[in-house]
Amino acid sequence: MLMRLIPVFKGFDFFPHDLNLPFMKVKGPALVLSIIAMVVSIGLIGIKGLNYGVDFKGGSLIELKTKSGNADISALREKLNSIGVGSVQIQEFGSPDDVLVRLEEQPGGEAEQQAALKKVVDATSETYVERRVEVVGPAVSSELRMTSFIAVAAGILAIVAYVWFRFEWQFALGAVLALSHDVIVTVGIFALFQFEFDLSTVAALLTILGYSVNDTVVVSDRIRENLRKFKKMELNQLLNLSINETLSRTILTGMTALAVLISLYVFGGEVIRNFNLAMLLGVVIGTYSSIFIAAPLLGYLGVKRDWSDLAAKAVATSKTKAKA
Amino acid sequence: MLHFTRWKIIATLLTCLAGLLVALPNFFPKETVQSWPSFMPKQQLTLGLDLQGGAHLLLAMDQDEIKKDWINNLRDEARKELRDAKIGFTGIGTQGLTQLVVKLAKPEEQAAALKALNKVRQPIGNALLGAGAYDVEVSSGTEPGTIVIKESDQGLRQRVANAASASIETINRRVNNLGTSESTIVRQGADRILIQFPGLKDTTDLKKLIGETAKLTFHEVHPSMSGDEAKMTKVPTGFKIYPGDKGESSGEYLLREQPVVQGADLADAQPGFDSRNGEPVINFRFNQIGARKFANFTKDHVGRPFAIVLDDKVLSAPVIREPILGGSGQISGSFTVEGTNTLAVQLRSGSLPTKLTIVEERTVGPSLGADSISAGKLAGVVGGIAVVILTILYYGTFGIFACVGLLVHLILTVALMTMIGAVLTLPGIAGLVLGVAMAVDANVLIYERIREELRLGKMPVSAIDAGFQRAYVTILDSQLTTLACAIIMFWLGSGPIRGFAVTLTIGILTSIFASVTVVRLLISYWLRAQPKGRAIYVPV
Repeated sequence: MLMRLIPVFKGFDFFPHDLNLPFMKVKGPALVLSIIAMVVSIGLIGIKGLNYGVDFKGGSLIELKTKSGNADISALREKLNSIGVGSVQIQEFGSPDDVLVRLEEQPGGEAEQQAALKKVVDATSETYVERRVEVVGPAVSSELRMTSFIAVAAGILAIVAYVWFRFEWQFALGAVLALSHDVIVTVGIFALFQFEFDLSTVAALLTILGYSVNDTVVVSDRIRENLRKFKKMELNQLLNLSINETLSRTILTGMTALAVLISLYVFGGEVIRNFNLAMLLGVVIGTYSSIFIAAPLLGYLGVKRDWSDLAAKAVATSKTKAKA
Repeated sequence: MLHFTRWKIIATLLTCLAGLLVALPNFFPKETVQSWPSFMPKQQLTLGLDLQGGAHLLLAMDQDEIKKDWINNLRDEARKELRDAKIGFTGIGTQGLTQLVVKLAKPEEQAAALKALNKVRQPIGNALLGAGAYDVEVSSGTEPGTIVIKESDQGLRQRVANAASASIETINRRVNNLGTSESTIVRQGADRILIQFPGLKDTTDLKKLIGETAKLTFHEVHPSMSGDEAKMTKVPTGFKIYPGDKGESSGEYLLREQPVVQGADLADAQPGFDSRNGEPVINFRFNQIGARKFANFTKDHVGRPFAIVLDDKVLSAPVIREPILGGSGQISGSFTVEGTNTLAVQLRSGSLPTKLTIVEERTVGPSLGADSISAGKLAGVVGGIAVVILTILYYGTFGIFACVGLLVHLILTVALMTMIGAVLTLPGIAGLVLGVAMAVDANVLIYERIREELRLGKMPVSAIDAGFQRAYVTILDSQLTTLACAIIMFWLGSGPIRGFAVTLTIGILTSIFASVTVVRLLISYWLRAQPKGRAIYVPV
């Protein structure tokens, strides 16, 4: 019995498959742009500094909700400035009946932090309810800063080790540069706009690492496959082909991730807004870096081309064995 | 690739079914779940403190105080050993917090003194493994006739560890007296203690309860000299100036440093009221040893004051009117009713070995937790719908299969988390939602491959087959690198990073099964359902 099989595409092909965008033509400008972005980011982090949250700076954060009606921020500010707890920062937080009060780290150690917290709670207990309290002492905040830094560095190292193990050192170097770029530029944007930088931002950075390397690995995989397939193709052309072949996947996955993150940003509540912001930035930057940094670097570094030779040799030996 | 053996189909379906069963209780309110028949699983995901509300306190012990106590004890012991061995010495001085220098009266007694002082050493740790290790080293000093007693790091570590476990025990007793359940009190790192209190709204009581060491001692008051006088002249040996409690009008007291009776000898402490003036007081009772010591002391000191000292502050210094032989008494001070309650609990639970300071506090009100959950749910639903729409729009019928795979992925993740008792936190919810977006990546990789193979002119079945086969390596590679990242997060991270890492790790593990195996099974069934002898339209 004969089956007639006809391949048919249903569903949308948003990105025509024969689209051959000349990514490699702009690799020079893109690299320059990335290097500038990294230098500017490092400069911003150095000059403007990061707006550390209580996790990293120490101090207290108190989220208050009015018992009824909207919060009167100026009255609250006046009151809290008079109770002698140093500089008090008050901001709206989500809905108009929520306020966020931040206290600087009190001189005199942990006991003073607790005393200041008590003063604030006592002064506000008539009109407000506490929703959330965070107090981080100096010892803990410096530890958190340190472990977070180590976590991000170790994350990059672990990924690089894996990529090196699975691919070649050129791929690993490309990955580490792309990842460092993602982290540095994201942190740079946080410094530029003085977004609050806390533990959840670090969690986001680590996830960006995971996401970005995911992208990089998919492209690298394709490059390796094409290296076997097109032995004679010019390297830049091959890299370009590989990026284009995986482009529709890159974009669709990026779109689903962005859809989810935007929904989390809009509906997910105030508490994880920072986390989301970092993730949103990171997904965009991470996608960019896989295409414009990790892959072109392979072109500059040169990459082992004899994959197919090895494979062919393996096939040949197995064939001779089979014959014998 | 598309062929499934019978047992593989059964195993896949059973896994999905089991996952659904385990995850099911999480989609219903607790009360409903409780009324289910007994064969149904009832375990729900544990919510983190940020979602159910509660308090998280990180306490640190004062290492310097532990060192100070230790060195003072060592000095007393050294003095005693030398006296017992009848070896004369001109002084024992402390050097910093870790070293004692003994000056002998006669240098020729060096060997005998060394032998005597060796008795203050305590073997460390396990008797079998730690043979030969001591907490202090006793050796001859550089000058003749001196002996140095030096504390080892190991010894200090052990002291701190002991203090930590004693503190945990004491806090446990105090907290149990508060009548709240489900608290976790664990040691963290060398000198920290973590207390987690789900559902606690107000931490004021809790903080008060653990904020005091509650070291209660009874001291002899110097018969003739007041604290102020001693300050002007010289403090007599064996005596020490103690500050008064805030409520006391008369400044400072001169008390004998060695207490008559210690809090450890207390058998009971209860809040009560003074029968004469109705003021809140604490009624206490000593154990046998304490009662005997107290009786002897009061017999000899009738008509003279004695001091009740709490945490090195004098609460009150009443005059002994008659010997107290029964071993019970009353502590008065400027107490409030609440104050006596807390203090009685603290006294009953024993004193903390060292003062604990709160180095980190995170409290979340239950209403905020509930708000976070509903916000997370809403975001999850909206995000999920967006992913479903995008996927189906892009891939048609195969997009629906991918969405079924996503659903299975989500259910299995929740099931696995429930099973291993992982804690769901707010960043965890974000991880869960993001995991859905990332899990779709595996299907995208496969479908893109299938499209490519079709474009190359392959027949549908072999194109689908090749799509799965060739994408598999890429999927594994990309998921494993993310896994490496998640493991690092868990290993090194804290708080929100950890909660996120747990969900991410579990999500990665389930996503390969859900988006590869389950979707493949669906597609193989779909292929089989196609009418034979007719064209197959591959709907991707």
